[in-house]
Amino acid sequence: MNGPLIRAENLSVGFPIGKGLFDKFVLKAVDDVTLHIEKGSFFGLVGESGSGKTTLGRALLKAVPITGGSAHYADGEVAYDLETIGKADLKDYRKRAQLIFQDPYAALSPRMTVRDIIAEPLEVMGLTRNRQETDERVRETAAKCRLNLEHLRRFPHAFSGGQRQRISIARALVSGPKLVVADESVAALDVSIQADVLNLLKELQRDLGITFMFISHDLSVVAHTCDHVAVMYLGRLVETAPTRQLFAAPRHPYTKALFSAIPSLDPDDRGKAQKLEGEIPSPMKQPLGCKFHTRCPHVIDRCKVEEPRLQSSATEHNVACHRWEELLQNA
Amino acid sequence: MAGRNKDYTNGAPQIPQFCDKNGCSLRPFIHPVERERSLATNFRWVTKINEDKRSYVTFLPKGDAYKLFGVIKSDRHLFGLEEGKIHVFGTDEDGQDIFSRTLHAIWTSLQVGTIGVLIAFVLALIIGGVSGYYGGWIDSVIQMITDAFRTVPAIPLFMAVAAFMPPEISAEARFFYISIILGFIGWPTLARRIRTHLLTERNQEYVLAAQLCGASSSHVIRRHLLPSFTSYIIVDLVISFPYMVLSETALSFIGLGLKDPVSSLGVMLQKATSADVMLNYQWYFIPVAFFIVLVMAFVFVGDGLRDAADPYSEVNK
Amino acid sequence: MSALLDVKNLTLQFRTDEGLITAVEDVSFSLNKGEVMGLVGESGSGKSVTAKALMHLNARNAVYGPDSRITLHTERGEVDVLSLRTPRDLKVVRGGAISMIFQEPMASFAPAITIGKQMVEQLQLHGDMSKARAKEISVEMLDRVGISDASQRFDQYAFELSGGMRQRAMIAMALSTKPALLIADEPTTALDVTIQAQVIDLMKDLVDEFHMGIIFITHDLGVVAQTCDRVNVMYLGRLIEEGPVREVIRNPKHPYTQGLIAALPKLDNLDQPLTAVPGDIPSPLERPSGCVFNTRCSQIVGAACTTIGPNAVDLGADHTVACHIYKEVAE
Repeated sequence: MNGPLIRAENLSVGFPIGKGLFDKFVLKAVDDVTLHIEKGSFFGLVGESGSGKTTLGRALLKAVPITGGSAHYADGEVAYDLETIGKADLKDYRKRAQLIFQDPYAALSPRMTVRDIIAEPLEVMGLTRNRQETDERVRETAAKCRLNLEHLRRFPHAFSGGQRQRISIARALVSGPKLVVADESVAALDVSIQADVLNLLKELQRDLGITFMFISHDLSVVAHTCDHVAVMYLGRLVETAPTRQLFAAPRHPYTKALFSAIPSLDPDDRGKAQKLEGEIPSPMKQPLGCKFHTRCPHVIDRCKVEEPRLQSSATEHNVACHRWEELLQNA
Repeated sequence: MAGRNKDYTNGAPQIPQFCDKNGCSLRPFIHPVERERSLATNFRWVTKINEDKRSYVTFLPKGDAYKLFGVIKSDRHLFGLEEGKIHVFGTDEDGQDIFSRTLHAIWTSLQVGTIGVLIAFVLALIIGGVSGYYGGWIDSVIQMITDAFRTVPAIPLFMAVAAFMPPEISAEARFFYISIILGFIGWPTLARRIRTHLLTERNQEYVLAAQLCGASSSHVIRRHLLPSFTSYIIVDLVISFPYMVLSETALSFIGLGLKDPVSSLGVMLQKATSADVMLNYQWYFIPVAFFIVLVMAFVFVGDGLRDAADPYSEVNK
Repeated sequence: MSALLDVKNLTLQFRTDEGLITAVEDVSFSLNKGEVMGLVGESGSGKSVTAKALMHLNARNAVYGPDSRITLHTERGEVDVLSLRTPRDLKVVRGGAISMIFQEPMASFAPAITIGKQMVEQLQLHGDMSKARAKEISVEMLDRVGISDASQRFDQYAFELSGGMRQRAMIAMALSTKPALLIADEPTTALDVTIQAQVIDLMKDLVDEFHMGIIFITHDLGVVAQTCDRVNVMYLGRLIEEGPVREVIRNPKHPYTQGLIAALPKLDNLDQPLTAVPGDIPSPLERPSGCVFNTRCSQIVGAACTTIGPNAVDLGADHTVACHIYKEVAE
């Protein structure tokens, strides 16, 4: 099968909020997202708070229920429709799709040794037959993450943030997954360690052929590691494109604003064009029409009432904006 | 009553001494007490300390038969006199040796406390555990029940139960029931603590990580949640212990708990409530010092355990 | 420019169960009025501890070196911060002449008291004024920092404001006492990047208007480049490089600074691989002898690096570095 590993169509994740029987309000954390992730790629998902990027990642792992649309997984061996997946298939899917958490301190059980932490997925999913096999596999995976035998015997609190993140990565990899979702996995790390962990992830992608979905708020990190990037705002996908294209010529006003907001290392590069005014609206009170219209410098009346659809183009650079072509020509 | 010294009621403590007006000796002794009735005393029993005679204290003398640990028959006691009885803490109005009763009381209280704590703990673990792990409406319902239990005042409840307990039941059976009731009163606090702890722990990311591997609830509980609060539980158990002991003391003191001949601090203190005792026979209160030490010991050990257990939580940057 | 703050030979150790841990070693720097200084370092560098020392805020088990001196030049004369003992004396530096804002705005506002009440309390503590006047000044400040409907917000609680607004409110509260020195400890790290850009702009405007000195503590070199005039780089408690921001960022001299800049993902060159600084930061219990960076340095020049702590070398253009590679420019 040559299709993408993950194909999501009009995917929505809603959380019912509100007490009582009559004021049930559904908070749409992810709203009508359509994207696909190619096998072996490093896919970046970018957004600020309330964008829904974490929820989308978790929905693809079935850690939160999918309330609308579809998500299809096909890795050449099996194919699942994630929105209706049954219990038995879900068990198998869990072996193939794993998660690396953001917080290296909260993601590891403090009372288990590193060896046990990495071995746990194997034991729970019954992937190995005996302790010897488990140990071997743990050692193999740990070595790929540059953890040695000495490390395996200790407890998480003895390690630094970067090392703990490597333990998290090892745990995610030990079951031999095809898809790994890295949820802000380098956000809590110092810059010098961050580069180290990112290089490790790229290495693993190359050597093991794993597809990564890299969720981050940090555009610069995404620019350097990902092949393809999707930008989210308040639950909607506003732009998606191959990395080079996105960074060379962003089309959506929000994407452009995100770029100019990144503080440049050049001290003389100050006072740049688009600084966004206003706050990110609360996901509980989402604006009508285009979700971004309250802060968009190019807003027109149409934006306030009509939601733009994600328009695909041949170059795979898709934008959800009423005026993108116009703005591109004027630029 | 078995083992009482009819000749020495309300007797003052007899502390062994080494020297008296006749010189010193290596062996500790006391001056025996004699009771006599005669014309001279208007035919009333008068006790007199005979300072000329010496009764030496011996170790492991023969005495009344009893069962060591409740099973082994023996008639050797730890210490005593060659002849007669020695009362290191004095005696009460029935002639019962307060020292022996104190030892028995401590033993009884420990038993009652342990059984009570264990029952409370098992109940708290199950109820608090289910409540905390599942959350949602199960939690709400269970919390309502727990709160109802907590609001029931203990004393009136005991009075009600005591009213239902037939007076003919043996001291042992009574003892058993009191322990169980204490356990039933004690579980709400512990259950709430367990539940709170579980509610926070189950949202930890490492729990989610395990669940994402498809771990079953029992696996998550066993490998992640239980170890995280074993230390708290041990500390809680040790600290609840003194509360059980004190509850039992209070209940027995007002007559709703254990009764004679079973001895516990509460039972012993019951006899100490008259003004006569407080003014003249102050040695009745010696057991109180022991109990204070016992309770403090548990509190300190519990605190120490808590300090030792706590540092082993996540070390943050 | 007149001098505002002089820090000389600041050495700070903490008495712990494991022994005396050195957090800051022999740090000296000065700050002028109206100058923005960036204090950069990763975790364990001692930057927060240094900042707290300026307000004598460190814990009781802190032991200051005998030569350590922090001198604040106020309108009323010089204040030797480390010798202040009584709460009345300390009030001068805490919230009076020096104000501090933190990374987590939720943490510096009491959750159960309205923002306005806290601001008024702050003002009344540091000056003789009526409640009405304090409220007037507070609302003015809230407006000045860009919070719309300032008088309404005055009566709101911290949780009712969004992250960016809370941070602005905290800046308003810190500035209401017109401090001579503002210490900002990672104020934008927890904010979304578009909000961060707004707050950075705000701080720059305020510096121009109030002419106060700012010490900007952060690990983000981009923010430093955009806001600071000078930058001081710390590693394991030592000041290893300092100078004007253009100098240090364009010509970093210390291997660590060079490593930090190289590890940053830069948007202008997406092909460049990310290079990490090798190794991990040593535990404070195992301070390396000689130069504290020698365990990770790729440019060791000789035995001196492992035995002698390098002194600050003046490279001209106000740029100093503590590294054995460099000799005095004058020599």
